[in-house]
Amino acid sequence: MKRILQTALPPAVLFGLVILAWHYAVIVFGIKAFLVPTPLNVLRAVIDGRGELLQAVGLTAGAALSGFASSLLIGTLIACVFSQSGIVRRSCYPYAIFLQTVPIIAIAPLIVVWFGAGFQSVVLVSFIISLFPIITNGTTGLLAIDSNLLDLFRLYQGSRWQVLWKLRLPHSVPFLVTAARTSSGLAVVGAIVGEFFTGYQAEKHGLGYIIMQTAGFSQTDRLFAAVLASTLLGIAIFGLSTLVGSTVLRRWSDSQ
Amino acid sequence: MTQDADQHSVCRDLCVDASQVEMQFASGQLGVRDVNLAVRRGELISLVGPSGCGKSTLLRMIAGLIAPTSGSLSVQAGSANDSRTAFVFQDSNLLPWRTVFDNIRLPLELRGIPFPQQQVAVNNSIKLIGLKPDDAMKQPKMLSGGMRMRVSLARALVTQPELLLLDEPFAALDDLLRQLLNEELLRIWSEQHWTGLFVTHNVAEAVFLSQRVLVMSKSPGTFIADIAVPFAHPREPELRSTPEFAKLTGEVSRCLREAAR
Repeated sequence: MKRILQTALPPAVLFGLVILAWHYAVIVFGIKAFLVPTPLNVLRAVIDGRGELLQAVGLTAGAALSGFASSLLIGTLIACVFSQSGIVRRSCYPYAIFLQTVPIIAIAPLIVVWFGAGFQSVVLVSFIISLFPIITNGTTGLLAIDSNLLDLFRLYQGSRWQVLWKLRLPHSVPFLVTAARTSSGLAVVGAIVGEFFTGYQAEKHGLGYIIMQTAGFSQTDRLFAAVLASTLLGIAIFGLSTLVGSTVLRRWSDSQ
Repeated sequence: MTQDADQHSVCRDLCVDASQVEMQFASGQLGVRDVNLAVRRGELISLVGPSGCGKSTLLRMIAGLIAPTSGSLSVQAGSANDSRTAFVFQDSNLLPWRTVFDNIRLPLELRGIPFPQQQVAVNNSIKLIGLKPDDAMKQPKMLSGGMRMRVSLARALVTQPELLLLDEPFAALDDLLRQLLNEELLRIWSEQHWTGLFVTHNVAEAVFLSQRVLVMSKSPGTFIADIAVPFAHPREPELRSTPEFAKLTGEVSRCLREAAR
């Protein structure tokens, strides 16, 4: 209990101080509400728009989790292929780096043009941005195997498939857990960027769409509310992947 | 019996037969040179030699993990598609994500042996090596160094090997634990009578365990002495404090010093 207090209290106090400073700064310096709303204005916007916000959080979370899950799955598959063939790895790796370096915001409109407005394009943007860490970390984990362990499998005539399935893949799990932590955050960013350019159906909008729309109309309190919701969503998904990851790692961790 | 047939039966009696084996690494450096070795079925032999002399290289060649660059090397353990050679590594070399039980059954699993049979074999192996049944579900990280080495031994023995190769398995353990495991290994050997090749740095261990101690020269290694250990089996722990034992370890140590020169 004391330890929880010690870790939770200082950031909570700081949070309160920042909110207070924000509130009084807006009033004292007379900043216009369409530039910076007060915390109370934001709270009101959250309460008034809770139906729309909750729906948006749900939609964005769905797209981000789908993008994240597919990057985890497909990234691992690509890493497996890379681990099996040096020639494939050397020829494809430079193009995998493309995923890392391409400004996602620049190709998101193109994706919407190609794949149509809606869920699939948002998921695709989220998928592309979160794929790279999985590929690199996964490949490293699959290849960085102690040669004695490889000898062990060779001694007992383990097939290539058995080496991959029973040695390389389990060995890469801690590497994938680390990558998943990075990717989960990126997937949320990707989903929101995707939503800048497309909604879902008629009256269904994600957080990204609300952010663009409210910024356009200078509805700064609603914009703040949407940004706040996005941040909380990011934290939630990051926290979830960290929690799942550390649970998995407890079994994997090796103190030898 | 004609002389030919006699020779033939002698050959079939050999588990490892190496003549003029040489191993040259890709760098051009010689690992071992002119190695001649005949290991009879059921023999337990120790290999000692200065660090880096090629003992481990020789062991890995016998295991089939690397091929000699010249000379002839034949290993008769099991058949071509059912090799009965097992290897115990210096590091316990366990898979950290698997339980003790799943680590021990790995060789059987890789060979596609049905699970119920695996289970019987693993449980026998666990009992044989002196692990408690509750240890089976533990993760390797929960075990001490000595226990991990027992698991590693159990994993080698679960395959019912005809030839067991041990590469300094107890090097990292304290002396008392090492002596205890030596005694257990000897007990298992006298029950099962596999052929054993034991690489070690420890002279007392080499003498206590084996029927012969082979001494290797410094790198590139070749055998320079073959010392018979005449003590009868079963050997008691007290053997270590007899004058005969001290005399023999003294002789092996002298050989080793010469080898290192």
